[in-house]
Amino acid sequence: MDPIKEAMLHRSRSAKLERRGRLLSLACISLIVLVVLAIFIFVASRGLATFFTNKVNLISFLSKSTWAPAVKDAHGVPQVGALPMIVGSFGVTFLSAVVATPFAVGAAIFMTEISPNLGKRILQPVIELLVGIPSVVYGFIGLSVIVPVIRTVFGGTGFGILAGTFVLFVMILPTVTSMTVDALKAVPRHYREASLALGGTRWQTISRVVLRAAMPGILTGIVFGMARAFGEALAVQMVIGNAALLPKDLISPASTLTSVLTSGIGNTVMGSLENNALWSLALLLLLMSLAFNLLIRWIGKKGEMK
Amino acid sequence: MSAKSIDKLMTGMLYLIAGVIVLLLAGLLGYILVQGLPHVSWHFLTSPAKSFEAGGGIGIQLFNSFYLLVLSMLISVPLALGAGIYLAEYAKKNWVTDVVRTAIEILSSLPSVVVGLFGFLVFVLQFKFGFSILSGALALTMFNLPLLTRNVEDSLRQVGFTQREAGLALGLSRWETVVHVVIPEALPGILTGMILGAGRVFGEAAALIYTAGQSAPALNFGDWNPLHIASPLNPFRPAETLAVHIWKINSEGIQPDAAAVSAGASAVLIIAVLAFNLLARWGGNRLYKRMTAG
Repeated sequence: MDPIKEAMLHRSRSAKLERRGRLLSLACISLIVLVVLAIFIFVASRGLATFFTNKVNLISFLSKSTWAPAVKDAHGVPQVGALPMIVGSFGVTFLSAVVATPFAVGAAIFMTEISPNLGKRILQPVIELLVGIPSVVYGFIGLSVIVPVIRTVFGGTGFGILAGTFVLFVMILPTVTSMTVDALKAVPRHYREASLALGGTRWQTISRVVLRAAMPGILTGIVFGMARAFGEALAVQMVIGNAALLPKDLISPASTLTSVLTSGIGNTVMGSLENNALWSLALLLLLMSLAFNLLIRWIGKKGEMK
Repeated sequence: MSAKSIDKLMTGMLYLIAGVIVLLLAGLLGYILVQGLPHVSWHFLTSPAKSFEAGGGIGIQLFNSFYLLVLSMLISVPLALGAGIYLAEYAKKNWVTDVVRTAIEILSSLPSVVVGLFGFLVFVLQFKFGFSILSGALALTMFNLPLLTRNVEDSLRQVGFTQREAGLALGLSRWETVVHVVIPEALPGILTGMILGAGRVFGEAAALIYTAGQSAPALNFGDWNPLHIASPLNPFRPAETLAVHIWKINSEGIQPDAAAVSAGASAVLIIAVLAFNLLARWGGNRLYKRMTAG
């Protein structure tokens, strides 16, 4: 056959390579999507078994405060009330966000508006180092420094929501700070110039113009920090005391969804009610992380529309 | 109070906040290093841990941490490269790509304990790998993959479009352009991201307690056959890492010198993570200088 005709009719080596490469990269990305789907399906199938197989009422699961899956009440219904863990998780998350926000926003303002030079040379590396410290190390410091301090100052055991809040505060501080810095940097320079030209002081410019303009970005940063706090497991588990009781105050032992999961799942038999109930907590954790994600998207959209 | 004095006051407050944060880090690092470093010795770094008596080391845990890190990077780096290349070079702007991006975002925001539990369910129980290095490495891969992928994609996007046009104009296919032109240019950024990812993996514990397990059986460091049960290279043995060890001795508290051992181990862990961070910064810059004319 004519060599030119043959070359036209067959795929070249290069085109074959291109097809193979494209398929390879497509396979990688599909695998990631598949893993995400699999996580949801597996955790949901385990977590829903509590309600479908063991016939636990969803409402009582979310609102009862006795967590004793092995014990049945007078009506023969096992007592799985997750309220103590839900309250504990939301408690440490909100409190740590409330404590961390002023520090994070303050540090970000310092880095962008007050002294960019010191910010870049000192605060930036400090924030990056704080991100790098592993969570078990935070837990260990919490256990050996913060818990004893709380014990001597407030009495009690020292374990509890307050200790968890302190540990999480340090852990989410860098996340919120660096996202706030990005948000402040995105505010156009002429906004500041306009305010200064009107005779505003630096603080008036920051508080009434820059912070206002950067608000959606700052809120996104705070929600990111909260998502991280909600899902943090070991550092919290080490300082919160792990008692599945409805917390009465901030310094008595409590528990979170993650702390019950980490300490419980190894001690229960697969497929038993105790185990299924724990998987329901994991499902709750998964759904909350999804909710935080949606919240971030919603804030992003709201902020865009100006 | 006049606007000017409020301005002065708030500026002072901001300096105070910045100072507090710097002191916080100094305090944290100082505490760990002062408490931990006196305990770190050659004996501590190489001898096995003891459960019920004082004087144990972290030798096996340290080896496990590094082995697990290498194994999980071997799995996750090629996957992240492929996925990043797809997103940066091939993905069209349509709803499928949006779904893919959302999936990656969700995976990156999942609590690591959920990833660990999924690994427990699938690798440990379903695939019957048991508590093993392999299960742990796969769980860490899921934990690390979204961030690595995003890093690869961002690094590839930084490369100017003229570079791609030059490759295509020379008659290279799109894939060849990516492999021979775009990736070498983006390599410093990709490498920096990988090293930072390695630091994150090294300190991770929540994803590992139910996948790689919480026990460190004795190893025979003379036997490097991966199929032998006591061999350090065997991927099917349970392997407690350094981070898991710190968590475990603190929550069980049966070791008489738990505080000292965890302080020492924390110091080693922090030094390793700091080394990863410095290496990422320094190595990225240096590689960039060598590969460009700059």
